[in-house]
Amino acid sequence: MSIFLNKSTKVLVQGITGAEGSKHTARMLASGTNIVAGVTPGKGGQVFEANGHSIPVFNSVAEAVTATGADVSVVFVPPKFAKDAVLSAIDAKIHLCVVITEGIAVHDTAEFFARAQQSGTTRIIGPNCPGLITVGECNVGIIPADITGAGRIGLVSKSGTLTYQMMYELRDIGISTAVGIGGDPIIGTTHIDCLRMFQDDPDTDVIVMIGEIGGDAEERAAAFIKEHVTKPVVGYVAGFTAPEGKTMGHAGAIVSGSSGTAEAKKLALEAVGVKVGKTPSETARLAREAYNALVRA
Amino acid sequence: MDLYEYQAKELFAKHGVPTQSGVVVTDASAAVAAAEQIGGMVVVKAQVKTGGRGKAGGVKLAKSAAEAGEKADAILGLDIKGHIVHKVLITGAADIEQEYYVSYLLDRANRTFLAMASVEGGMDIEEVAATKPEALAKVLIDPLVGVNAEVAASISDTAGFPADIREQVIEVLQRLWDVFVKEDATLVEVNPLVKTPEGQVMALDGKVTIDENAEFRHADHAALVDLAAENGLELKAKEKGLNYVKLEGEVGIIGNGAGLVMSTLDVVAYAGEKHKGVRPANFLDIGGGASAQVMADGLEIVLGDPDVKSVFVNVFGGITACDAVANGIVQAIALLEGQGEPVTKPIVCRLDGNNAAAGRDILSKANLSVIHVVETMDDAADRVAALAAGA
Repeated sequence: MSIFLNKSTKVLVQGITGAEGSKHTARMLASGTNIVAGVTPGKGGQVFEANGHSIPVFNSVAEAVTATGADVSVVFVPPKFAKDAVLSAIDAKIHLCVVITEGIAVHDTAEFFARAQQSGTTRIIGPNCPGLITVGECNVGIIPADITGAGRIGLVSKSGTLTYQMMYELRDIGISTAVGIGGDPIIGTTHIDCLRMFQDDPDTDVIVMIGEIGGDAEERAAAFIKEHVTKPVVGYVAGFTAPEGKTMGHAGAIVSGSSGTAEAKKLALEAVGVKVGKTPSETARLAREAYNALVRA
Repeated sequence: MDLYEYQAKELFAKHGVPTQSGVVVTDASAAVAAAEQIGGMVVVKAQVKTGGRGKAGGVKLAKSAAEAGEKADAILGLDIKGHIVHKVLITGAADIEQEYYVSYLLDRANRTFLAMASVEGGMDIEEVAATKPEALAKVLIDPLVGVNAEVAASISDTAGFPADIREQVIEVLQRLWDVFVKEDATLVEVNPLVKTPEGQVMALDGKVTIDENAEFRHADHAALVDLAAENGLELKAKEKGLNYVKLEGEVGIIGNGAGLVMSTLDVVAYAGEKHKGVRPANFLDIGGGASAQVMADGLEIVLGDPDVKSVFVNVFGGITACDAVANGIVQAIALLEGQGEPVTKPIVCRLDGNNAAAGRDILSKANLSVIHVVETMDDAADRVAALAAGA
C-alpha cells in the first residue's frame, strides 16, 4: 500500500495535450499507472493515445470525474493557468492534486491552498515538485520509474534530482514511496505530513528526509519527529554554502538574514536524534546502516 | 526581486499609501538641485537593497542644498554590506512625533500571509522580535478574505495603535494590502510608519519584494529591474533562461536540478578544505533536459567567469539519459570551439543514473584532454577542487 497512492488509484492528467503533459502521461502509463482521463479545456472529446492506451480527454475536471471516477489529479498546465486548474480539481473534490508546474505566482498558490484547506476534501502536493511514486504500483508526476525497485525506505524531499540521486544510491534496498514535496515557499504537503504517513505505513521501515535552505520546515519536522516518529529517520540538508539573500534555483531556497540556514536545520534534526549526512552518499550510507540494524534485530 | 526604497514608495503612492515623494539622483550636483527644489531641510538616503543603511552612514540630514550635495557625495560609492551605493534619494525632512512598524509577508509555516505591526517602530524589527516579542503583533491573513476594514482594525488593535490615529492606520493597512496583492509582492514593509506633529500618518521608508513568477500579469514590473546593478554573468544567464548565481570561489558548477546543484556546491566546498580552500564559483542549474545547446550555454557562462579555474559538471540522468547528456557535453565543447572559444580549463564530469555507463563511455571515447570522467560525486568534487588548487 504505502502512502498516498496504490494500484487502484485512478489518475487524471490536467494539461494532458500539452508538451509536458503528453510526454509524462506516456511515461506514467509505461510504468503501470492507471490513468483514466485527461483534461484540457476546449479539447473535450479527443482521445489521447500512448503505449497502446486510449485516454479520453474532457473539458473539465468535473466531467472527467463523473465519467471515470478519477480520484487523483496531476497538473502539468503552464503557471498562468495553474491556479484555475487546481481550483477546478478542488471543486470536483479530487482527493489528491499533485502540482508539477514550476513558476506559479505565490499569491496564486496561497489562494488555491486556502481553498483546498477550506474544502476539507483535497490534499495538494507541490507546486514545483516532481510528484510521487509508490514503486511498482503507481507513479504520479515525473520521477523516473526505473531508478529502483520496491523496498522499505520512505523518502520525502524538497528537491527532484536529489530524490532521484537518493533512490539510486539506495537501490540495493529499494523504496516504498518517494514524495517530492517541492521547493516553493508555500507547498501543499510538508515534510511533517509525509513523516506522519510513513510512521503509520506498514511498508516503510526507515525514513529519509531531504531538506534545503529556506524557511523552517526542517526545524518543525524535527519537533514533530521528537514527539511522533519512532521509526529511524535519516536526514540531509542542501545549501550549506549558499550566500545570504540569494535564491538558489528553487523559489523557496533562500537564506534570509540569519534564518533558513542549512546549519540551523542540521542542528535541529541532530538534536532530536536524526542522523544527518554531510553528502548524499553519506546520507545513503546512514540510511543503509539504519535499515541493516533493523533487519539484524 | 527586491525593490529600492524609491521604487517601493512609487508603488505606495500608486495605491494611495500616504508617503513622501522625493527625487532620485546619481551625483552631488543633481542632489543640490533636488534639495533646492524641495526646499528646507532634506534627508539624503542611500538606495541599496539591504537593511542597516542608517548605521552604515547611508542616511544623512542636510540643512541646506549645499550640504545635501556634500552628504550625497559622501554617501555615493559607499559599500553597505557589499552593496555599492549608486543612487541617493533626496526627500524633505519630516518632523516625526512617533515611529511605528507594519509589514505583510509570506508565512511559510502556516502557508498563508502574515501581518506584523508594532508601535515600537524605527528600530531593527528582528531585534524587537527577539528581545520584546510581546511588542510585535502578528495576525494571520486569510488569502480568501484579505485585509478589509475589519481585519485592518484587528491588526491595529492587536498592535495597540493609539486611538487618535486608529482610523488612519486602518486605512493605511488596507492600502498597503492593495500594494501586496495587486503588485504580487511577497514582502511589503514600512519601517518607520510615522505620525507627524500634525497628526498625519505616513510611510517614511518602504521595502517591497516582488514575485518574479507573477511577471505575466505585470508588464510594468520589467521597468523596475536595475540592469546596471545586476551581475553581468547573471544577466547573460537569465537571457538564456538559465538559473545562475555568481559566488566567490574558483570551481565552476553545472548540474541539473536546484537541490542537486546546491548539494554539489557543498560537496565541492568540503573537498576544497583539503585543496587550498578553493570554493564553488557559481550556482548553475541547467534543468532536467540538459540538451547540447543548454549545456553549451551553461559552459559558456561558467567559463566566461575569469575566477573559474576548473569546472564540475554533475548530472543525474533521470528523464534525460546520461548518454544523451554525454553527447551534449561533447557537442557543447565542439560548439564553443566553433564559436572561437575553445575550452582550455579542465572539466570534471560525473554522470550517474539512467545509462550512466554508456554516458561515461562516450566521454572517454571522445578523447578530449579537458574532460576528466569520475564515477562518484565525492571523488569528482575532490578532483575538481585539486585541479582548481593546482591551476
